[in-house]
Amino acid sequence: MKRVYVNEQWCLGCHLCEYYCAYANSGQESMVKALKDRTINPRIKVEEKNGISFAVNCRHCNEPLCVKSCIAGALSQVDGLIVVDASKCVGCYSCIMACPYGALMPNEEGVMQKCELCTTNTHGKPACVQGCPNKAIVFEER
Amino acid sequence: MGINYLYPDFEVHRDREKCITCRVCERQCANEVHSYDAESNRMVSDDTKCVNCHRCVSLCPTHALKIVKTNHGFKDNANWKGDVIQDIYRQADSGGVLLASMGTPKDYPVYWDKMLINASQVTNPSIDPLREPMETKTFLGQKSSKIRRDENGKLITKTDPQLALNIPIMFSAMSYGSISYNAHKSLALAAQKLGIFYNTGEGGLHEDFYQYGKNTIVQVASGRFGVHPEYLNAGAAIEIKMGQGAKPGIGGHLPGSKIGEDISKTRMIPEHADAISPAPHHDIYSIEDLRQLVYTLKEATAYTKPIIVKVAAVHNISAIASGIARSGADIIAIDGFRGGTGAAPARTRDNVGIPIELALASVDTRLRQEGIRNNVSLVVGGSIRSSADVIKAIALGADAIYIATSALLALGCHLCRTCQSGKCNWGIATQRPELVKRLNPEVGSERLVNLITAWNHEIKEMMGGMGINSIEALRGNRLMLRGIGLNETELQILGIAHAGQ
Repeated sequence: MKRVYVNEQWCLGCHLCEYYCAYANSGQESMVKALKDRTINPRIKVEEKNGISFAVNCRHCNEPLCVKSCIAGALSQVDGLIVVDASKCVGCYSCIMACPYGALMPNEEGVMQKCELCTTNTHGKPACVQGCPNKAIVFEER
Repeated sequence: MGINYLYPDFEVHRDREKCITCRVCERQCANEVHSYDAESNRMVSDDTKCVNCHRCVSLCPTHALKIVKTNHGFKDNANWKGDVIQDIYRQADSGGVLLASMGTPKDYPVYWDKMLINASQVTNPSIDPLREPMETKTFLGQKSSKIRRDENGKLITKTDPQLALNIPIMFSAMSYGSISYNAHKSLALAAQKLGIFYNTGEGGLHEDFYQYGKNTIVQVASGRFGVHPEYLNAGAAIEIKMGQGAKPGIGGHLPGSKIGEDISKTRMIPEHADAISPAPHHDIYSIEDLRQLVYTLKEATAYTKPIIVKVAAVHNISAIASGIARSGADIIAIDGFRGGTGAAPARTRDNVGIPIELALASVDTRLRQEGIRNNVSLVVGGSIRSSADVIKAIALGADAIYIATSALLALGCHLCRTCQSGKCNWGIATQRPELVKRLNPEVGSERLVNLITAWNHEIKEMMGGMGINSIEALRGNRLMLRGIGLNETELQILGIAHAGQ
């Protein structure tokens, strides 16, 4: 399965991936309308310290601990992709505790959101990959 | 602080309606132009620091930014123009030589733009390169003017060492030091993929890049930085740098601040010591001395590699080239006055040397007159901007051309001409690790390959239009050129007729 991978060597810490993610998942047609004067809550986050930076999003693990930990059956694995059913999520945050990458976070309504490789939004293809100016984020089979 | 005589050259215009305060401009500007004001939740800019490199403009996801040349100015004066006045203020302030980078921006005539290319109509058929073979492969080196036979009467097919180019375009010398590791790697990868050559410049060859040796020209310059037997043997050819188009007659100076561990090792000089290239080679004061170095390098490489001698285009270039053609060198590279540099005194860059078009035409003519044109191949550089320039150069007599500024543009350079600051936001002319990593060689090499491939398509298309199916048939074919808006002397030097003739 194609996944999003990050080449830390080429990450500039520009944070554009976060903004493209927030835009892609906003449902808005215009980036300005979607993000102007908003605090974004993206599903990909750039970690940085001491000049090293890299973006982290869901790894879509083959054995997903988040799915195992979900008490409400909101998280499931569909053809390798880990998806969340917001209507089932009870906001217990067990998945947050279980995920070793910190790749899940609550959305504005308090239920979980996570990277679904832009398959469930209007964008279709991972927006972070397309928006990365240095090919630090790639979408490929490994 | 005293009086500030200089008003910022550029103004950063931000469309507040579009700005989403993502702060990418702030994070990407090494000149620290942009900053975030938390109180107003707005981005603010300091125009005084802007060099107009467009990094922020290119990365802004909502196109909220543009850089505008200020319309603030002095009272109109055809003689004392604004930049002239500002230069005086700068020097009155610093007491120093004005430094500049890249090629001269002055408004000298561009002869490429005053030449037109021919095409076939009716009496000779044009060729469609998509349907018929079109040869752009070129060999550089000494060409034997006689057919030689061995004692049994068989042809001797062994020639002097040649460089084989799939496309008659090479990346010219830019040292590791003046440009970054990733810029060098991009050039090396692209040269390998294209079947052409890149040039180490005078800074030696990083150990990681020996693997690209087959597509590398190694340079020996007056500072002799990083020159050792393995280096000489690593490349496909050796270039002796006598001069550079952007700064004929003077040497080079890479400041100690750029000499980090890697560069110090590659150049074989102490860390943080200034790397100074003398103006002349201290062992070359005549063609005979040059011949000694040519043959020293040939000896060192067992006569397996062609030797290039690179000179800047200056007033007596045809006589100089005639000397070089008799020195044993295999290739002469001539760099015109519009060629780029990582740093040069502005007055030298803007006033010394001659246009490559005129230098090329007069050298080719002179070498033919003297019957020594086959002794050498001619490579020219110094602002070749498009495939049309390539065609015109070859028709004027060049065997191949060198590009560097065009290559850097492909890598992202926006010609802001502040390479000397070492803060290149595009990761090209810098050694700061956080900036160098902005140029991913995978991306960079792909863009270079795209550029040269595109030019090659255009070259074939135009050659086909002329009814010519090989570079060999275009070389020195000045009948394919006509001048436009040129005077008698210019036409005579270029060896072409005027349009309509």
